[in-house]
Amino acid sequence: MAETKYRKVYVDVFALMRQDGMLLPKGFIWEDGAKYKIDRVRHAAPAASTKVGGRGIRYTVVIGGQEQYLYREEDDRWFMEAPVYQ
Amino acid sequence: MLMKKFIEKDEKAMERTILHCDMNNFYASVECFLNPDLKPYPVAVCGSVEERHGIVLAKNYKAKACGVTTGEAVWQAQQKCRDLVIVPPHYEEYMKFSKAARKIYEDYTDQVEAFGMDECWLDVTGSVGIYGDGEKIAQEIRERIKFELGLTVSIGVSFNKIFAKLGSDLKKPDAVTCIPKERFKEIVWPLAASEMLGVGRATEKKLAACGVRTIGTLATWPVEFFEKKFGKFGVALWLFANGLDESRVAAADASVPVKSVGHGTTALQDLENAAEVWRIMLALTQEIGHKLYTYEKRACGVQIDVRDNKLFTKQWQCPLPHPTQSASEIARTAFDLFCRSYEWRNPIRSVTVRAINLTAQNTPYQLDLFCDPLHTEKTEKIDRTVEDLRLRFGMDIIRNACLLDNPKMSSGGGPQVIMPTGVPT
Ligand SMILES: [Mg+2]
Repeated sequence: MAETKYRKVYVDVFALMRQDGMLLPKGFIWEDGAKYKIDRVRHAAPAASTKVGGRGIRYTVVIGGQEQYLYREEDDRWFMEAPVYQ
Repeated sequence: MLMKKFIEKDEKAMERTILHCDMNNFYASVECFLNPDLKPYPVAVCGSVEERHGIVLAKNYKAKACGVTTGEAVWQAQQKCRDLVIVPPHYEEYMKFSKAARKIYEDYTDQVEAFGMDECWLDVTGSVGIYGDGEKIAQEIRERIKFELGLTVSIGVSFNKIFAKLGSDLKKPDAVTCIPKERFKEIVWPLAASEMLGVGRATEKKLAACGVRTIGTLATWPVEFFEKKFGKFGVALWLFANGLDESRVAAADASVPVKSVGHGTTALQDLENAAEVWRIMLALTQEIGHKLYTYEKRACGVQIDVRDNKLFTKQWQCPLPHPTQSASEIARTAFDLFCRSYEWRNPIRSVTVRAINLTAQNTPYQLDLFCDPLHTEKTEKIDRTVEDLRLRFGMDIIRNACLLDNPKMSSGGGPQVIMPTGVPT
Protein backbone atom coordinates (compact mmCIF):
# COMPACT_ATOMS: atom_id res chain seq x y z
CA MET A 1 0.00 0.00 0.00
CA ALA A 2 1.45 3.33 -1.00
CA GLU A 3 1.75 5.94 1.70
CA THR A 4 -0.43 9.00 1.20
CA LYS A 5 1.63 12.02 0.27
CA TYR A 6 0.81 15.47 1.54
CA ARG A 7 1.63 18.97 0.45
CA LYS A 8 1.82 22.21 2.36
CA VAL A 9 -0.90 24.66 1.44
CA TYR A 10 -0.74 28.19 2.79
CA VAL A 11 -4.16 29.70 3.38
CA ASP A 12 -5.64 33.12 4.11
CA VAL A 13 -7.18 33.10 7.56
CA PHE A 14 -9.92 35.13 9.22
CA ALA A 15 -9.02 35.32 12.88
CA LEU A 16 -10.27 36.92 16.04
CA MET A 17 -7.69 38.59 18.25
CA ARG A 18 -9.29 38.21 21.65
CA GLN A 19 -8.84 40.70 24.47
CA ASP A 20 -6.91 38.10 26.47
CA GLY A 21 -4.31 37.90 23.68
CA MET A 22 -5.49 34.59 22.28
CA LEU A 23 -5.67 34.41 18.50
CA LEU A 24 -8.62 32.34 17.30
CA PRO A 25 -9.03 31.32 13.64
CA LYS A 26 -12.63 31.69 12.47
CA GLY A 27 -12.39 30.71 8.81
CA PHE A 28 -10.00 30.44 5.87
CA ILE A 29 -9.76 30.71 2.10
CA TRP A 30 -8.39 27.65 0.29
CA GLU A 31 -5.99 28.08 -2.64
CA ASP A 32 -8.87 27.67 -5.13
CA GLY A 33 -10.69 30.60 -3.57
CA ALA A 34 -13.26 28.55 -1.67
CA LYS A 35 -14.15 29.95 1.75
CA TYR A 36 -14.55 27.72 4.78
CA LYS A 37 -16.00 28.45 8.19
CA ILE A 38 -14.35 27.05 11.30
CA ASP A 39 -17.08 25.78 13.63
CA ARG A 40 -14.89 25.30 16.65
CA VAL A 41 -11.29 25.32 17.83
CA ARG A 42 -10.79 22.20 19.93
CA HIS A 43 -7.18 22.61 20.92
CA ALA A 44 -4.08 24.71 20.26
CA ALA A 45 -0.50 23.75 21.11
CA PRO A 46 2.98 23.86 19.58
CA ALA A 47 3.52 21.00 17.13
CA ALA A 48 5.46 19.99 14.04
CA SER A 49 3.97 18.60 10.86
CA THR A 50 6.30 15.87 9.68
CA LYS A 51 3.97 15.26 6.72
CA VAL A 52 4.74 18.54 5.00
CA GLY A 53 7.66 19.97 6.99
CA GLY A 54 6.39 22.89 9.00
CA ARG A 55 5.86 23.81 12.61
CA GLY A 56 4.24 26.34 14.87
CA ILE A 57 1.03 26.50 16.87
CA ARG A 58 -1.25 23.70 15.74
CA TYR A 59 -4.96 24.45 15.97
CA THR A 60 -7.25 21.45 15.97
CA VAL A 61 -10.31 22.91 14.25
CA VAL A 62 -13.71 21.53 13.34
CA ILE A 63 -14.90 22.25 9.80
CA GLY A 64 -18.23 20.81 8.69
CA GLY A 65 -18.15 18.30 11.51
CA GLN A 66 -14.63 17.15 10.58
CA GLU A 67 -11.49 17.64 12.59
CA GLN A 68 -8.54 19.26 10.77
CA TYR A 69 -5.19 20.76 11.69
CA LEU A 70 -4.42 24.38 10.95
CA TYR A 71 -0.86 25.51 11.72
CA ARG A 72 0.31 29.02 12.48
CA GLU A 73 4.04 29.46 11.81
CA GLU A 74 6.33 31.78 13.78
CA ASP A 75 5.98 34.50 11.15
CA ASP A 76 2.16 34.26 11.34
CA ARG A 77 1.70 32.43 8.10
CA TRP A 78 -0.98 29.71 8.25
CA PHE A 79 -0.81 26.38 6.50
CA MET A 80 -2.69 23.09 6.20
CA GLU A 81 -1.74 19.57 5.12
CA ALA A 82 -3.43 18.53 1.89
CA PRO A 83 -3.34 14.92 0.69
CA VAL A 84 -1.99 14.44 -2.83
CA TYR A 85 -4.10 11.99 -4.84
CA GLN A 86 -2.18 10.20 -7.53
CA MET B 1 48.05 14.57 49.01
CA LEU B 2 46.41 16.15 45.99
CA MET B 3 44.10 13.22 45.26
CA LYS B 4 42.64 13.11 48.76
CA LYS B 5 42.01 16.84 48.79
CA PHE B 6 39.86 16.67 45.66
CA ILE B 7 37.77 13.78 46.90
CA GLU B 8 37.07 15.41 50.26
CA LYS B 9 36.07 18.63 48.58
CA ASP B 10 33.61 16.80 46.36
CA GLU B 11 31.78 15.14 49.20
CA LYS B 12 30.82 18.47 50.66
CA ALA B 13 29.30 19.83 47.45
CA MET B 14 25.61 19.37 46.69
CA GLU B 15 24.90 16.94 43.92
CA ARG B 16 23.79 18.61 40.73
CA THR B 17 21.53 17.35 37.93
CA ILE B 18 22.94 18.27 34.52
CA LEU B 19 21.47 17.44 31.12
CA HIS B 20 23.29 17.56 27.82
CA CYS B 21 20.93 17.73 24.84
CA ASP B 22 22.34 17.00 21.42
CA MET B 23 20.13 17.25 18.34
CA ASN B 24 20.92 14.30 16.07
CA ASN B 25 22.45 15.01 12.64
CA PHE B 26 21.22 18.54 13.12
CA TYR B 27 21.67 20.20 9.71
CA ALA B 28 20.65 17.07 7.80
CA SER B 29 17.64 16.47 10.07
CA VAL B 30 16.39 20.02 9.56
CA GLU B 31 16.74 19.67 5.79
CA CYS B 32 14.84 16.36 5.80
CA PHE B 33 12.16 17.77 8.05
CA LEU B 34 11.59 20.80 5.84
CA ASN B 35 11.56 18.69 2.70
CA PRO B 36 10.04 15.30 3.57
CA ASP B 37 10.68 14.08 -0.01
CA LEU B 38 14.36 13.78 0.98
CA LYS B 39 13.69 11.32 3.81
CA PRO B 40 13.96 8.04 1.84
CA TYR B 41 17.41 9.02 0.50
CA PRO B 42 20.93 9.35 1.83
CA VAL B 43 21.37 13.10 2.29
CA ALA B 44 24.46 15.23 2.83
CA VAL B 45 24.50 18.94 3.60
CA CYS B 46 27.55 20.34 1.84
CA GLY B 47 29.28 23.68 2.16
CA SER B 48 30.16 25.60 -0.99
CA VAL B 49 28.90 23.22 -3.60
CA GLU B 50 31.44 24.63 -6.04
CA GLU B 51 32.95 22.08 -8.34
CA ARG B 52 36.33 21.71 -6.70
CA HIS B 53 35.71 22.68 -3.15
CA GLY B 54 32.57 21.45 -1.36
CA ILE B 55 32.84 19.41 1.82
CA VAL B 56 30.28 17.41 3.78
CA LEU B 57 29.01 19.41 6.77
CA ALA B 58 26.41 16.89 7.96
CA LYS B 59 24.67 13.73 6.79
CA ASN B 60 21.64 11.64 7.71
CA TYR B 61 21.80 8.03 8.94
CA LYS B 62 21.29 6.60 5.46
CA ALA B 63 24.35 8.47 4.19
CA LYS B 64 26.30 7.50 7.31
CA ALA B 65 25.49 3.85 6.58
CA CYS B 66 27.18 4.26 3.18
CA GLY B 67 30.32 5.48 4.94
CA VAL B 68 29.89 9.19 4.23
CA THR B 69 31.79 11.20 6.86
CA THR B 70 31.67 14.82 7.93
CA GLY B 71 34.52 16.88 6.53
CA GLU B 72 35.24 14.81 3.46
CA ALA B 73 35.07 16.20 -0.05
CA VAL B 74 31.77 15.99 -1.91
CA TRP B 75 33.30 13.89 -4.70
CA GLN B 76 34.61 11.38 -2.16
CA ALA B 77 31.19 11.10 -0.56
CA GLN B 78 29.59 10.64 -3.96
CA GLN B 79 31.99 7.83 -4.76
CA LYS B 80 30.93 5.96 -1.63
CA CYS B 81 27.25 6.62 -2.16
CA ARG B 82 26.05 7.00 -5.71
CA ASP B 83 22.53 8.20 -5.02
CA LEU B 84 23.63 10.70 -2.37
CA VAL B 85 21.44 13.80 -2.37
CA ILE B 86 23.48 16.97 -1.90
CA VAL B 87 21.80 19.98 -0.35
CA PRO B 88 23.35 23.38 0.43
CA PRO B 89 23.17 24.61 4.04
CA HIS B 90 20.36 26.94 5.14
CA TYR B 91 21.84 28.53 8.24
CA GLU B 92 18.93 30.80 8.98
CA GLU B 93 16.65 27.74 9.19
CA TYR B 94 19.08 25.97 11.55
CA MET B 95 19.19 29.10 13.65
CA LYS B 96 15.38 29.09 13.96
CA PHE B 97 15.34 25.45 15.12
CA SER B 98 18.23 26.09 17.50
CA LYS B 99 16.34 28.97 19.09
CA ALA B 100 13.09 26.99 19.26
CA ALA B 101 14.88 24.11 21.03
CA ARG B 102 16.40 26.56 23.46
CA LYS B 103 12.96 27.94 24.24
CA ILE B 104 11.84 24.44 25.22
CA TYR B 105 14.91 23.98 27.43
CA GLU B 106 14.19 27.30 29.11
CA ASP B 107 10.84 25.96 30.31
CA TYR B 108 12.84 23.79 32.71
CA THR B 109 15.71 26.08 33.77
CA ASP B 110 17.29 29.43 33.07
CA GLN B 111 20.72 27.83 33.17
CA VAL B 112 21.16 26.82 29.55
CA GLU B 113 24.58 26.87 27.96
CA ALA B 114 24.89 26.39 24.22
CA PHE B 115 27.75 24.37 22.79
CA GLY B 116 27.48 24.98 19.08
CA MET B 117 24.09 25.29 17.39
CA ASP B 118 22.80 21.82 18.19
CA GLU B 119 24.04 21.11 21.72
CA CYS B 120 23.14 22.59 25.11
CA TRP B 121 23.85 21.89 28.73
CA LEU B 122 21.01 22.42 31.20
CA ASP B 123 21.44 22.61 34.95
CA VAL B 124 18.06 21.42 36.22
CA THR B 125 19.11 20.95 39.85
CA GLY B 126 16.59 23.57 40.94
CA SER B 127 13.71 22.07 38.93
CA VAL B 128 13.86 18.40 39.91
CA GLY B 129 11.46 19.03 42.78
CA ILE B 130 8.88 20.51 40.40
CA TYR B 131 9.20 18.29 37.35
CA GLY B 132 10.48 15.00 38.75
CA ASP B 133 14.02 13.68 38.50
CA GLY B 134 16.59 14.37 35.79
CA GLU B 135 15.56 11.40 33.72
CA LYS B 136 11.91 12.41 33.76
CA ILE B 137 12.78 15.93 32.62
CA ALA B 138 15.03 14.50 29.91
CA GLN B 139 12.30 12.20 28.60
CA GLU B 140 9.82 15.05 28.52
CA ILE B 141 12.27 17.27 26.61
CA ARG B 142 13.00 14.45 24.17
CA GLU B 143 9.27 13.98 23.50
CA ARG B 144 8.63 17.69 23.12
CA ILE B 145 11.51 18.25 20.69
CA LYS B 146 10.13 15.43 18.57
CA PHE B 147 6.53 16.59 18.74
CA GLU B 148 7.02 20.34 18.52
CA LEU B 149 10.11 20.59 16.27
CA GLY B 150 9.95 17.30 14.38
CA LEU B 151 13.58 16.53 15.28
CA THR B 152 15.22 13.92 17.48
CA VAL B 153 17.58 14.60 20.34
CA SER B 154 19.91 12.48 22.47
CA ILE B 155 20.15 13.46 26.11
CA GLY B 156 22.71 12.57 28.73
CA VAL B 157 21.75 12.95 32.39
CA SER B 158 24.45 13.09 35.03
CA PHE B 159 25.92 15.02 37.95
CA ASN B 160 28.48 16.98 35.93
CA LYS B 161 28.83 18.48 32.46
CA ILE B 162 31.48 16.04 31.24
CA PHE B 163 29.44 12.90 31.96
CA ALA B 164 26.22 14.49 30.73
CA LYS B 165 27.93 15.15 27.41
CA LEU B 166 29.34 11.64 27.36
CA GLY B 167 25.89 10.22 28.08
CA SER B 168 24.33 12.03 25.14
CA ASP B 169 26.87 10.33 22.86
CA LEU B 170 26.20 6.82 24.14
CA LYS B 171 22.74 6.22 22.69
CA LYS B 172 21.51 7.89 19.48
CA PRO B 173 19.13 8.95 18.09
CA ASP B 174 16.09 9.87 20.17
CA ALA B 175 17.33 8.47 23.48
CA VAL B 176 18.08 9.31 27.09
CA THR B 177 21.13 7.91 28.91
CA CYS B 178 21.62 8.35 32.64
CA ILE B 179 24.99 8.21 34.35
CA PRO B 180 24.20 8.41 38.06
CA LYS B 181 26.90 9.00 40.63
CA GLU B 182 26.50 5.51 42.14
CA ARG B 183 27.08 3.79 38.81
CA PHE B 184 29.39 6.04 36.83
CA LYS B 185 32.41 3.77 37.26
CA GLU B 186 30.78 0.79 35.61
CA ILE B 187 29.36 2.91 32.76
CA VAL B 188 32.15 5.37 32.06
CA TRP B 189 35.40 3.72 33.03
CA PRO B 190 35.44 0.94 30.41
CA LEU B 191 35.07 3.54 27.60
CA ALA B 192 37.95 4.72 25.43
CA ALA B 193 39.64 7.86 26.73
CA SER B 194 38.83 9.62 23.46
CA GLU B 195 35.10 9.47 24.34
CA MET B 196 35.65 12.09 26.99
CA LEU B 197 35.29 15.79 26.24
CA GLY B 198 38.77 17.33 26.31
CA VAL B 199 40.57 14.33 24.88
CA GLY B 200 41.23 15.26 21.28
CA ARG B 201 43.21 13.24 18.81
CA ALA B 202 46.59 14.62 19.93
CA THR B 203 45.89 13.98 23.62
CA GLU B 204 44.54 10.54 22.84
CA LYS B 205 47.84 9.66 21.15
CA LYS B 206 49.92 10.99 24.01
CA LEU B 207 47.83 9.08 26.53
CA ALA B 208 48.05 5.88 24.51
CA ALA B 209 51.83 6.29 24.34
CA CYS B 210 51.98 5.97 28.13
CA GLY B 211 49.48 3.12 28.17
CA VAL B 212 46.31 5.03 29.03
CA ARG B 213 43.54 3.86 26.74
CA THR B 214 40.38 3.89 28.86
CA ILE B 215 38.80 6.54 31.04
CA GLY B 216 39.15 4.06 33.93
CA THR B 217 42.93 3.94 33.62
CA LEU B 218 43.02 7.71 33.42
CA ALA B 219 40.95 7.89 36.61
CA THR B 220 42.76 5.33 38.71
CA TRP B 221 46.35 6.32 38.02
CA PRO B 222 47.74 8.92 40.43
CA VAL B 223 46.91 12.49 39.47
CA GLU B 224 50.58 13.45 39.94
CA PHE B 225 51.47 11.36 36.91
CA PHE B 226 49.20 13.40 34.64
CA GLU B 227 50.22 16.64 36.26
CA LYS B 228 53.84 15.93 35.44
CA LYS B 229 52.98 14.85 31.90
CA PHE B 230 50.38 17.49 30.88
CA GLY B 231 50.46 20.14 33.63
CA LYS B 232 47.14 21.74 34.65
CA PHE B 233 45.38 20.16 31.70
CA GLY B 234 46.40 16.72 32.94
CA VAL B 235 44.91 17.43 36.35
CA ALA B 236 41.69 18.56 34.67
CA LEU B 237 41.45 15.33 32.65
CA TRP B 238 42.01 13.27 35.78
CA LEU B 239 39.28 15.19 37.58
CA PHE B 240 36.91 14.72 34.64
CA ALA B 241 37.52 10.97 34.59
CA ASN B 242 36.77 10.76 38.31
CA GLY B 243 33.49 12.61 38.00
CA LEU B 244 34.91 15.62 39.80
CA ASP B 245 34.26 18.22 37.10
CA GLU B 246 32.67 21.18 38.82
CA SER B 247 32.37 23.61 35.94
CA ARG B 248 29.09 25.51 35.99
CA VAL B 249 26.47 25.64 33.32
CA ALA B 250 26.64 29.26 32.22
CA ALA B 251 23.41 31.17 32.85
CA ALA B 252 21.07 32.13 30.03
CA ASP B 253 22.82 33.75 27.12
CA ALA B 254 20.61 33.74 24.09
CA SER B 255 23.38 33.95 21.51
CA VAL B 256 24.95 30.87 19.99
CA PRO B 257 28.71 30.77 20.48
CA VAL B 258 30.25 31.00 17.06
CA LYS B 259 33.94 31.70 17.20
CA SER B 260 34.61 32.59 13.61
CA VAL B 261 32.87 32.56 10.29
CA GLY B 262 34.83 31.68 7.22
CA HIS B 263 34.29 30.92 3.61
CA GLY B 264 36.77 29.65 1.08
CA THR B 265 36.80 28.61 -2.50
CA THR B 266 39.09 26.98 -4.95
CA ALA B 267 39.18 28.96 -8.17
CA LEU B 268 38.11 27.21 -11.34
CA GLN B 269 41.23 28.61 -12.94
CA ASP B 270 44.24 29.95 -11.06
CA LEU B 271 44.07 33.63 -10.15
CA GLU B 272 46.77 35.73 -11.71
CA ASN B 273 46.24 39.27 -10.54
CA ALA B 274 44.87 41.35 -7.71
CA ALA B 275 41.68 42.26 -9.54
CA GLU B 276 40.75 38.60 -9.81
CA VAL B 277 41.49 38.07 -6.12
CA TRP B 278 39.29 41.04 -5.27
CA ARG B 279 36.31 39.58 -7.07
CA ILE B 280 36.72 36.22 -5.34
CA MET B 281 37.09 37.90 -1.95
CA LEU B 282 34.01 40.01 -2.51
CA ALA B 283 32.05 36.89 -3.40
CA LEU B 284 33.32 35.03 -0.33
CA THR B 285 32.50 37.85 2.04
CA GLN B 286 28.90 37.97 0.79
CA GLU B 287 28.39 34.58 2.41
CA ILE B 288 30.28 35.67 5.54
CA GLY B 289 28.22 38.83 5.96
CA HIS B 290 25.10 36.74 5.55
CA LYS B 291 26.21 34.29 8.25
CA LEU B 292 27.26 37.04 10.68
CA TYR B 293 23.86 38.58 10.20
CA THR B 294 22.03 35.32 10.94
CA TYR B 295 24.27 34.57 13.94
CA GLU B 296 23.77 38.14 15.21
CA LYS B 297 27.51 38.73 15.47
CA ARG B 298 30.01 41.36 14.42
CA ALA B 299 33.58 40.66 13.38
CA CYS B 300 36.50 42.50 14.98
CA GLY B 301 39.15 41.04 12.69
CA VAL B 302 39.85 39.34 9.41
CA GLN B 303 41.98 36.36 8.54
CA ILE B 304 42.93 35.27 5.04
CA ASP B 305 44.40 32.03 3.78
CA VAL B 306 45.98 32.00 0.37
CA ARG B 307 47.17 28.89 -1.34
CA ASP B 308 49.19 29.12 -4.53
CA ASN B 309 49.25 26.63 -7.36
CA LYS B 310 52.28 24.93 -5.80
CA LEU B 311 49.94 24.34 -2.86
CA PHE B 312 51.86 26.54 -0.46
CA THR B 313 49.51 28.08 2.06
CA LYS B 314 50.03 31.36 3.84
CA GLN B 315 47.86 32.95 6.46
CA TRP B 316 47.56 36.52 7.65
CA GLN B 317 45.23 38.37 9.95
CA CYS B 318 44.49 41.93 10.98
CA PRO B 319 41.90 43.82 13.02
CA LEU B 320 38.97 45.62 11.43
CA PRO B 321 38.73 49.39 12.06
CA HIS B 322 35.56 48.70 14.08
CA PRO B 323 33.31 45.69 14.68
CA THR B 324 31.17 45.05 11.62
CA GLN B 325 28.83 42.71 9.77
CA SER B 326 29.32 44.48 6.48
CA ALA B 327 30.39 42.20 3.65
CA SER B 328 31.96 45.04 1.68
CA GLU B 329 33.95 46.31 4.66
CA ILE B 330 35.29 42.86 5.46
CA ALA B 331 36.13 42.38 1.79
CA ARG B 332 38.00 45.68 1.64
CA THR B 333 40.04 44.92 4.77
CA ALA B 334 40.79 41.40 3.57
CA PHE B 335 41.89 42.72 0.20
CA ASP B 336 44.13 45.41 1.72
CA LEU B 337 45.69 42.76 3.89
CA PHE B 338 46.21 40.59 0.85
CA CYS B 339 47.85 43.40 -1.14
CA ARG B 340 50.16 44.23 1.75
CA SER B 341 51.14 40.65 2.41
CA TYR B 342 51.15 38.51 -0.72
CA GLU B 343 54.16 38.52 -2.99
CA TRP B 344 53.18 37.35 -6.41
CA ARG B 345 55.51 34.44 -7.06
CA ASN B 346 52.89 31.99 -8.20
CA PRO B 347 49.28 32.16 -9.35
CA ILE B 348 46.73 31.47 -6.65
CA ARG B 349 44.71 28.32 -6.40
CA SER B 350 42.44 29.00 -3.44
CA VAL B 351 41.45 31.80 -1.11
CA THR B 352 39.71 31.68 2.26
CA VAL B 353 38.41 34.69 4.16
CA ARG B 354 37.47 34.36 7.80
CA ALA B 355 35.75 36.84 10.08
CA ILE B 356 37.39 36.43 13.49
CA ASN B 357 37.08 37.73 17.08
CA LEU B 358 33.32 37.85 16.91
CA THR B 359 31.27 39.85 19.37
CA ALA B 360 27.53 39.96 19.92
CA GLN B 361 25.73 42.31 17.56
CA ASN B 362 24.57 44.54 20.38
CA THR B 363 27.89 44.88 22.22
CA PRO B 364 28.68 48.57 22.52
CA TYR B 365 31.96 49.61 20.96
CA GLN B 366 34.27 52.60 20.96
CA LEU B 367 33.95 54.83 17.92
CA ASP B 368 37.24 55.99 16.54
CA LEU B 369 37.91 59.64 15.98
CA PHE B 370 38.48 59.47 12.26
CA CYS B 371 35.69 57.25 11.06
CA ASP B 372 32.39 58.74 10.09
CA PRO B 373 29.65 57.01 12.08
CA LEU B 374 26.97 58.33 9.72
CA HIS B 375 28.71 56.79 6.78
CA THR B 376 29.09 53.51 8.66
CA GLU B 377 25.44 53.55 9.57
CA LYS B 378 24.47 54.12 5.95
CA THR B 379 26.64 51.25 4.73
CA GLU B 380 25.18 49.01 7.39
CA LYS B 381 21.66 49.99 6.38
CA ILE B 382 22.40 48.98 2.80
CA ASP B 383 23.93 45.71 3.94
CA ARG B 384 20.95 45.04 6.18
CA THR B 385 18.51 45.61 3.33
CA VAL B 386 20.51 43.22 1.18
CA GLU B 387 20.44 40.67 3.98
CA ASP B 388 16.70 41.01 4.48
CA LEU B 389 16.17 40.42 0.78
CA ARG B 390 18.37 37.33 0.97
CA LEU B 391 16.59 35.94 3.99
CA ARG B 392 13.31 36.24 2.14
CA PHE B 393 14.28 35.28 -1.38
CA GLY B 394 17.59 33.41 -1.15
CA MET B 395 21.27 34.25 -1.60
CA ASP B 396 21.04 34.93 -5.31
CA ILE B 397 18.33 37.57 -5.29
CA ILE B 398 20.87 40.39 -5.16
CA ARG B 399 24.60 40.63 -5.75
CA ASN B 400 27.36 43.03 -6.63
CA ALA B 401 27.47 43.81 -10.34
CA CYS B 402 31.12 42.85 -10.60
CA LEU B 403 30.28 39.39 -9.28
CA LEU B 404 27.95 38.63 -12.17
CA ASP B 405 29.44 36.10 -14.47
CA ASN B 406 32.84 35.53 -12.88
CA PRO B 407 34.49 32.99 -15.13
CA LYS B 408 37.00 31.88 -12.48
CA MET B 409 34.51 31.18 -9.75
CA SER B 410 31.82 28.58 -9.85
CA SER B 411 28.45 30.09 -9.12
CA GLY B 412 26.95 29.50 -5.71
CA GLY B 413 23.58 29.43 -7.43
CA GLY B 414 22.20 26.74 -9.62
CA PRO B 415 19.56 24.40 -8.34
CA GLN B 416 18.82 24.73 -4.63
CA VAL B 417 18.57 20.98 -4.31
CA ILE B 418 20.39 18.58 -6.54
CA MET B 419 18.21 15.53 -6.80
CA PRO B 420 19.48 12.16 -7.93
CA THR B 421 18.05 10.80 -11.13
CA GLY B 422 14.61 9.30 -10.86
CA VAL B 423 13.49 11.33 -7.88
CA PRO B 424 10.40 13.43 -8.40
CA THR B 425 11.04 16.99 -7.36
MG1 LIG C 1 24.40 16.91 17.17
